[in-house]
Amino acid sequence: MDFFQSIDFGLLVRCFIVGGLICIIGQILIDKTKLTSARILVVFVTVGVILGGLGIYKYVIDFAGCGATVPLLGFGANLAKGAIESASEQGVLGAFIGGVKASAGGIAAAVFFGYIASLIAKPKIKKQ
Amino acid sequence: MNPIETAKEYNEYVEAKSPKSPIFKNCLHAFLVGGLICSIGQLIFEFCTFKGLDTVSANNIVAISLIGISALLTSLNLFNKIGKFAGAGSLVPITGFANSIVSPAIEYKSEGYVLGVGSKMFTVAGPVLVYGISASILVGIISCFFI
Amino acid sequence: MKKIGNHTLKLDNPPTIFNTASIVGPKESEGPLAKCFDRCLDDEFWGEKSWEKAESKIFKETVNTLLAKSGLSAKDIDYSFAGDLLNQCISSNFGMRDSNIPFFGLFGACSTFVEALCIGSVFMDSLACNNVLCATSSHFCSAEKQFRFPLELGNQRTPTSQWTVTGSGAAILSKIGLGPYITHITPGVITDLGIKDANNMGAAMAPAALSTLITHFEDTGRTPDYYDAIITGDLGHLGKSILIDLAKTKGFDISENYDDCGVLIFDKEKQDTHAGGSGCGCIATVFSGYLYKLMKKGHIKKLLLMATGALMNSTTSQQGESIPGIAHAVSIEMEKG
Repeated sequence: MDFFQSIDFGLLVRCFIVGGLICIIGQILIDKTKLTSARILVVFVTVGVILGGLGIYKYVIDFAGCGATVPLLGFGANLAKGAIESASEQGVLGAFIGGVKASAGGIAAAVFFGYIASLIAKPKIKKQ
Repeated sequence: MNPIETAKEYNEYVEAKSPKSPIFKNCLHAFLVGGLICSIGQLIFEFCTFKGLDTVSANNIVAISLIGISALLTSLNLFNKIGKFAGAGSLVPITGFANSIVSPAIEYKSEGYVLGVGSKMFTVAGPVLVYGISASILVGIISCFFI
Repeated sequence: MKKIGNHTLKLDNPPTIFNTASIVGPKESEGPLAKCFDRCLDDEFWGEKSWEKAESKIFKETVNTLLAKSGLSAKDIDYSFAGDLLNQCISSNFGMRDSNIPFFGLFGACSTFVEALCIGSVFMDSLACNNVLCATSSHFCSAEKQFRFPLELGNQRTPTSQWTVTGSGAAILSKIGLGPYITHITPGVITDLGIKDANNMGAAMAPAALSTLITHFEDTGRTPDYYDAIITGDLGHLGKSILIDLAKTKGFDISENYDDCGVLIFDKEKQDTHAGGSGCGCIATVFSGYLYKLMKKGHIKKLLLMATGALMNSTTSQQGESIPGIAHAVSIEMEKG
């Protein structure tokens, strides 16, 4: 029960609202511009890198927690944060290493789980 | 209606005649599902920090868990149903990135594990890595000169 | 056979459509025309390992069903004309691989079925052959895989997008028989009014349908009310209403007797198919399963059957090209004319 008492419900609400709002931006892009999902993902991750690089996105993360880190904007911001931190220590070499290093968990997980899924699953039609 | 002769006239006519996406309903669905996915992430995050992990590890665990859940739902043929309902709500969070890697891996299984699964895995999500990583390297290099 | 007007051929020896057969997938089996088809599948794979193999099997079994129904064997068929949507027409190639029937592979995108009827009836008009086979197929899953996205991708379909029909339809044209006869053929010209949205095929193909429709009326001197029914292949709900609008601006009112196979095959509200059905299999199954039987029963005596196709692939889409459309028409009548 200690864990449930420790949850910051104010943060959870902010997380829900900010995460939801970021998705609404994506939905408007889909419906208004007819961008395919691959393009939407590229737009979000690139904007995330820019916001992260400008140092703006960390305020959103402080405010909303996973509401900011879970959307792909956060993935982009994390790439930028890693690259900048690492660059400040190792210079240009760090710029190459830091981004992927900071996001390695997510990328590796997606590749690994994708491979596992292809071993067990069979494609199926959308019943819609 | 006047006779349509040029491509411009026709495109304008078609644009006006085509049914529009129900954008308000779509946005509501995206908000609810997107918010829910982020909140699940937040709960995982809080549990990790409660167990004494630092923020960076906790964020990694959130990402890996959500990716794992998306991969499972994709394999079970459920993610596309969620995606149809939620639109950007399941696409924009990291779950959409995971789904876009897992779904071609499953679809192209019939072409073998190397040239099917291995190479087609990145047909949708490859550009995300290309642009995300390239942009982060640029940002890192620029930061060398300013900081 | 003689050419009348600009593009139309009037056949001197109109072939009979001797028999037809159709097999459809699970979604079509839940649609309004389900009871018309020879066989309804409950599994898109039909026991095969890939979508492509499944589509070839549907094609092959449709041809076998047709031969069995007609009491013919493969050696009674002089020539076959067939096509589908997959690269290099593999569904028909592999479907016909073991048939030992001389084979012409055609590509006219979704217009292929009527393209096959056109060429087949010209062969028949020569009186050199007894029976000619025309068949096409499409499969939702193989088409999505080739043209769009993996099935498991969680994306939304736009309201103008169409649902590729899983199924195959086949017809035998014959020298002997009591009709319905193919009396005129009007091949279409490629028409492009600059639509680029690959999820709005109906709008991309409607101008081609208009062009062929008007050519047909001008060449034959007929008017829309000559026909009991004018049926297009897969313009869908949006394309259908666009064609009615466009025809009106040219002085032809087709709203009374016009319908579209993409509209007929699915129940838009219940099946969530957005703008309707599409694919080579759409007009092939609806004609073979539904319209042909209406003609045999005498409910339709004069039919203008017009299949529409979008002549593009995903490379041209990515390169920003607009979508050229084509439409081929045949008039099918119970009287030789």
